[in-house]
Amino acid sequence: MDNLFILLLLPVLSAIVLAFVKNTSAKWIALILSLVQIGLTLPFVCSFVPDASIQFSQSWNWIESLGIRFTIGLDGISLPMLILTNGLIPLIILASFGHEQKGGFYSLIAFMQAGLVLVFVSLDAFSFYIGWEAALIPIYFICALWGEGDRIRINLKFFVYTFFGSLLMLIAIIYLYQQTGGRDMSWASISNLTLTDGAQNWVFWAFFIAFAIKIPLFPLHSWQPDTYTHAPSTGTMLLSGIMLKMGLFGLLRWLLPVVPEAIGRYGQIALIMGIVGVVYGSIIAFKMKDAKRLIAYSSIAHVGLIAAGIFSLTQEGIQGAILQMINHGISVVGLFFVIDILERRCGTRDLSALGGLASKMPILAATFLIIIMGAIGLPLTNGFIGEFLLLKGIFSAPEHGILFAVIGGTTLIFGAVYMLRFFQMTMLGEIKDNNVAVTDVRGYEVLILGVIVILVILIGVLPNGLLHLSEASVSQLLQQIK
Amino acid sequence: MGAIITLSLLGIFILYLGLYKAKNALLPVSILGLLLALGFQGYYWTVEAVPLYKGMVLFDHFALSFSILCIALTVLILLLSKEYFKAISDHVAEYYTLILFSLTGAILVCSYHNFAMLFIGLEIMSVALYILAGIRRNDKASNEASLKYFLMGAFSTGLLLFGITLLYGSTGSFDLAAIKQYIIDNPSNISPMFYGGILLLLVGLCFKVGVAPFHFWTPDVYDGSPILITTFMSTVVKIASFAGFLKLFSTVLVPLNEFWTPVLLTVVIITLFIGNVSALMQTSFKRMLAYSSISHAGYMLFAILSIGPNSASGILTYSTAYGLASIIAFAALILVKRQIGSDQFESFNGLGKRNPWLALVVTVAMLSLAGIPLTAGFIGKFMMFSNVMNDYHTVLLVLAAINAAVGVYYYLRVVVHMYFMNSKEEQSIQISGNFQVVFVIAAILTIILGVYPDLILAL
Repeated sequence: MDNLFILLLLPVLSAIVLAFVKNTSAKWIALILSLVQIGLTLPFVCSFVPDASIQFSQSWNWIESLGIRFTIGLDGISLPMLILTNGLIPLIILASFGHEQKGGFYSLIAFMQAGLVLVFVSLDAFSFYIGWEAALIPIYFICALWGEGDRIRINLKFFVYTFFGSLLMLIAIIYLYQQTGGRDMSWASISNLTLTDGAQNWVFWAFFIAFAIKIPLFPLHSWQPDTYTHAPSTGTMLLSGIMLKMGLFGLLRWLLPVVPEAIGRYGQIALIMGIVGVVYGSIIAFKMKDAKRLIAYSSIAHVGLIAAGIFSLTQEGIQGAILQMINHGISVVGLFFVIDILERRCGTRDLSALGGLASKMPILAATFLIIIMGAIGLPLTNGFIGEFLLLKGIFSAPEHGILFAVIGGTTLIFGAVYMLRFFQMTMLGEIKDNNVAVTDVRGYEVLILGVIVILVILIGVLPNGLLHLSEASVSQLLQQIK
Repeated sequence: MGAIITLSLLGIFILYLGLYKAKNALLPVSILGLLLALGFQGYYWTVEAVPLYKGMVLFDHFALSFSILCIALTVLILLLSKEYFKAISDHVAEYYTLILFSLTGAILVCSYHNFAMLFIGLEIMSVALYILAGIRRNDKASNEASLKYFLMGAFSTGLLLFGITLLYGSTGSFDLAAIKQYIIDNPSNISPMFYGGILLLLVGLCFKVGVAPFHFWTPDVYDGSPILITTFMSTVVKIASFAGFLKLFSTVLVPLNEFWTPVLLTVVIITLFIGNVSALMQTSFKRMLAYSSISHAGYMLFAILSIGPNSASGILTYSTAYGLASIIAFAALILVKRQIGSDQFESFNGLGKRNPWLALVVTVAMLSLAGIPLTAGFIGKFMMFSNVMNDYHTVLLVLAAINAAVGVYYYLRVVVHMYFMNSKEEQSIQISGNFQVVFVIAAILTIILGVYPDLILAL
């Protein structure tokens, strides 16, 4: 079983099947199909040889008259992303069990999964772009159909904002395609192009803006807090847990190897944007009353640090970024799930209306605390390894590394402050009158929280397996740039 | 040539059928005739193309592919027409006849090899449309549309004819090959009259395809005409005019591109902005489509702006995508308007609940018009963008990207109304068999071409 295409085919077929399921048994079908997807992913993880080569590569003629082929494959950078996507989707589907959803909802999730997987495994610019857009359409519908508040306007802004970014990327892709002689779109030939200085400059910006909008990096983040806050919790988990990694992954796959000299010129600016995002996101998160908004801004801070790690152009920085993408995905899904539980139980996610829930919900409080420790980056949790590597990478960045590492390092302090405030305002203190009757988590909720807690601790104690996957690929990437 | 003769005879035959009150035979006979014409075009595909009738027409692959597209789109439109025309008036046969005559003209415009044929083709195509636009005699808007279309059309034909005369004056021939030879023979001393002729031709053709700043007739005419006639105008007629436009510039005037490129570049930029910004402000779905068709014309001009080996296949792909999506959009509008009685965006409210499949098909059409991947519209846009990239018009591309993002906004508005807004109307729309066939064919083709575009690009 080394046919990578099946990982694209299954979600598409699931999406079609689920579209026809009208009753609430859809959630079980969706869950089972997503577990099958994990089962199909495992052989690739097990038989992956952790060196720098591209493995399980497949290529078909697609649009012969334009010389475009459909090429997919895995390397040490895309495999962790594939694990993240296929691993989180079942959790996210399971987390939606509390909301009675029908087939259409799960059909959109499966369709989005196909787009995400395509983004991560594609090795030609054309299918990358198609996956990039194919992931956007379902999430737009998920957020706008099942969201709350001013969802229509907010999601339209989200769509047009990101679509504009992708159009810039499309222009850059077309340019690169023509530079290869107009007959080739494969990553192999595009990343081997030697571009002029001027071309590198604008291709850098076109790609970078597209990715920075998706991540989102300060100051292109303005769609993110509203979209996260007004989306249904499943949508928020998909967006923050997986989708924003598309942007970070794009930096690694399509930006660094393609325009190495422009990275030398502008990488510093990108790094600063990331660091500014860390401080900005943290400070605003500290002031937030709405729990979802709090996590949305903390997410800006976290991804800012990841992007800064990537642009430090060091082995530790990039490997830390890849690890931290996974960690962030796990903890942010956990946090949004906790918020979803609180909202369903207490009818609100306003921090000032909550409090003292630890006495009523001991299991939730315990797991919540561990997830928060992971998000802050305490030792023995996954966040510690990730942030440590990121900061070490930024520290040894070519210029002003120490300064950036010190500013970026404040994320640990800020993160502890706003996360513990979040915990304290919900779990500790006096219980509010209207929450006296709440019950603790049970059944599938315990299962999800348990899995997340296990992952947080497991990766924190034994990160080597994951780090080992990406090591060779990252060092080859760095050689390619220099 | 077989197609032109078939269609002309078919038109007359249909008139007689109408005379003898054979109403039920009209649609099947027309469709059969069109399929026969398609068969002729398919047959000529394999035959070596030579200019026919002393170089009057030339059925090369370019002409054949565009005329096949026009005939196929007409088949789809006629399939929609059965109930629609009956609801408007009793003289149904005249509709079919006029549409068929107009199509004959469109095929001539695709296949001309002599300026006389271009002129005759444009006139046959337009005169039938002047009548069709005003065919609802008691409707003021329809009359207005007809009069505006006629005045503007006559005016632009006049300019075009003047341009042709000037070219004739400097070269002594109407034949495309002869004019091309003239340019090649006199690279340095082409007479100023010739340049004047090019400009007038450009203006005349820009009028016909409705690009800014010669677009003022489009919104009113598209809005006032019966929906199905608007569909025909904005798809078949527009595509044929573009084929004629492209043929003139790609085969004859390429060597002089330094002269006309700046003019066309200005036209393209103005068109993109006027089309998109005006479409953004519309509250009526029909008018939105009218303005968006202006901006699509702007994108299609990209291919003429940077003529290369891929121009023809680019325009063909783009027109196919645009034609299919427009037919879906207008057909849905017919259904919705029949139920709600208005062509505002609001009438689409709640369609996602009432008619989920119809809403899905309209969504596919809107995504295709917006150029989202996995639809034919994306491939069209991709081809256009890569054409322009050949000539390094990067600034133009960035402007185009801004406009495409604006376009997404108003196309998504329809989707927003269909899925996210509720209406009082509970009844789902009854969709007749013919409409279902058209929806299914157009939607499936849109997706197939989006996933496997080689079907059309390899032509």
